[in-house]
Amino acid sequence: MAKLDLSKAKYAKLKKFIDENQGETCGLMPVLHQAQEIFGCIPIEVQKFISEELNVSVAEIYGVVTFYSRFSTEPVGEYVIGVCLGTACYVKGAQKIIDDIGSKLNIKPEQTTKDGKFTLTATRCIGACGLAPVITINDDVYGRLTPDQIPEILSKYTDELEGE
Amino acid sequence: MQFYRAHVLICGGTGCVSSKSHELKAEMEKELKALGIDNEVQIVMTGCFGLCEAGPIVIVYPEGTFYSQVKIKDAKRIVTEHLYKGRIVKDLLYYESIQQDKIKAVNEVDFYAKQKRIALANCGVIDPENIDEYIALDGYQALIKVLTQMKPEDVIEEIKLSELRGRGGAGFPTGLKWDIASQYKDDMKYVCCNADEGDPGAFMDRSILEGTPHSVLEAMAIAGYATGAKKGYIYVRAEYPIAVKRLQIAIKQAKEYGLLGEDIFDTNFSFDIEIRLGAGAFVCGEETALIESIEGKRGMPRTKPPFPAEKGIWGKPTLLNNVETFANIPLIILKGGEWFSKIGIEGSKGTKVFALGGKIKNTGLVEVPMGMTLREVIYDIGGGCPNGKEFKAVQTGGPSGGCLTKEHLDTPIGYDNLVKLGSMMGSGGMIIMDEDTCMVDIARYFLDFTCEESCGKCTPCREGTKRLKELLDRFCTGKGTFEDLDRLESLAYYIQDNSLCNLGQSAPNPVISTLTHFRDEYLAHVVDRRCPTGVCKALLQYTITDKCIGCGSCAKVCPQECIEPVGKVINEKTNRRAYVIDHTKCIKCGACIEACPPKVSAIITQ
Repeated sequence: MAKLDLSKAKYAKLKKFIDENQGETCGLMPVLHQAQEIFGCIPIEVQKFISEELNVSVAEIYGVVTFYSRFSTEPVGEYVIGVCLGTACYVKGAQKIIDDIGSKLNIKPEQTTKDGKFTLTATRCIGACGLAPVITINDDVYGRLTPDQIPEILSKYTDELEGE
Repeated sequence: MQFYRAHVLICGGTGCVSSKSHELKAEMEKELKALGIDNEVQIVMTGCFGLCEAGPIVIVYPEGTFYSQVKIKDAKRIVTEHLYKGRIVKDLLYYESIQQDKIKAVNEVDFYAKQKRIALANCGVIDPENIDEYIALDGYQALIKVLTQMKPEDVIEEIKLSELRGRGGAGFPTGLKWDIASQYKDDMKYVCCNADEGDPGAFMDRSILEGTPHSVLEAMAIAGYATGAKKGYIYVRAEYPIAVKRLQIAIKQAKEYGLLGEDIFDTNFSFDIEIRLGAGAFVCGEETALIESIEGKRGMPRTKPPFPAEKGIWGKPTLLNNVETFANIPLIILKGGEWFSKIGIEGSKGTKVFALGGKIKNTGLVEVPMGMTLREVIYDIGGGCPNGKEFKAVQTGGPSGGCLTKEHLDTPIGYDNLVKLGSMMGSGGMIIMDEDTCMVDIARYFLDFTCEESCGKCTPCREGTKRLKELLDRFCTGKGTFEDLDRLESLAYYIQDNSLCNLGQSAPNPVISTLTHFRDEYLAHVVDRRCPTGVCKALLQYTITDKCIGCGSCAKVCPQECIEPVGKVINEKTNRRAYVIDHTKCIKCGACIEACPPKVSAIITQ
């Protein structure tokens, strides 16, 4: 499992964002986006914190967090591999790509490797249909993929980790 | 003002940025500096050129030289050869822009020659992060015109005259929408831009926001003036980081120039715009779900009426339009509604941007006048299917649309024409499928999507799409029966009739349209237990071909012991026979393929 860091500094950062944006009809969404970015996920502890800050019930926050696919309640791996399963990518063989990555890392989609390095997800269309099939690994984008390129791409990230 | 003898435009759209166009720009700047000509040549990072297939794209003016798939190592050659010595680097040119030694400019290439750009007019021309470039091309002129010379009702009249219809999917007449929104009086009203482009395979809204964000801001301010709203929201997908960043920059610049904010142009009209990020829910493209999401709730559609024009964001009257709809507004105001209404066909005026994707040569964005035929778009502009494969179907309208076949290719594109054929315009995604695509699998794919994205509020959609998907799963795994086929059909119509919002009402469309046009493929899955294209793995059949030498290696490893030498005689003298697989026992483990000597390779799957 990937590590979860709920340090005070992070809470302080979230509190600062909430304070700066209070008074406006800001709504819950921007706060949740911020929390997801700061903590990497929105576990129940953070939901309780937001509930008290915004005076919104935890039940409502939980409902919203679990509704949207950008928010997660569990920490994700250091590298998130998003395989685009939009139509253009699917028609060009994205299913084979996600299957191959899954079997290489020994995980199913929406799971994280035991060492917490990789999380595999099926993403919605990222709009780079010209490059189909496409995967993203954190902020890096790899397009016009064929299954045989996968081991090389993944090794870039595993080697990097070993080198540290 | 600095003058340059040459301008280099590098595409900064998502597609090209993914193939490292930022690094390319840095490299070219470095090379220009090294040669001391960095004050003679300007490099501009523009929005999307549309031909994503050829990215990263570099265009050099004044010639209009079109370089495609430029690698970082090519930067040096373009700079030293072309920009320094004036010799075009022929081997880097887009393949179509060089014919018999004649080099074509970018606008003469087939892909662009047939297009007509209104919504995308500035995409790939200006630097989207620089408001001055937008203003230089008449940007914000339309806003000045409405604020200083037109009454709100004149603006609405002009839009009505243009016969513009919503570009987001449903195609509601925009002028009428503005008229209705303007009639509700309240202390606060909103204008909202729907940039939650969820249809997989459609990316025109993203390109507009990335390539010409100010067009959308200007149009929203015009809409604010026409309907009496002071505040605007842009609800944009969080999956589009570049679009979000450029919007933020654009809003900041427009405020600095006094084009947004209090008392614009010293008239007493004030308008402000805020960005709201989506969080990955397809249903939020539905207008009332989008409003719920902006308010910080689960994105579940509301029952209509009341429509957003009456009770929208925070219960106040709200005008909601799609990005591409807004992008048409400034030019309609400047050139007049009549000018716009002369383009296109009856009922569908102006142009439409389509995202060509899937099995097509020129993937990318094209903007064509309404009324062009599908054939012209797919073949003349898109270049047809690659690798000599045969065209099979085109899916328009994303998960809510339907598949059209060869016989529909000569249909002029328009809202009503596509609906008549059982598909829809939708937001303009066009996914091309060739002979290798299984239509049952594609229907299953779309249902998988809508099933996942159903918000869960109403039963027909929540439960119905799941059951539809289960039925399709049965077909794809060879378990489907004739009764299942009947169930599939009646359930599809039931969901269509009884769902709350458009997501549910249109979710069965892929099933209905494939059932109508490709029933034979369904039947092949049911009767023959065979997938004609070989996509559905569970339906693959292992067959031993004439190449069999009768060695028996396959029979030895077969765990089912279902391979026997009962085929035709290979050797008359020894009476050796070819082996045959008993399909009723075969479990498709693939062991026989691996056992067959590579030199022979007699076993195939089909």
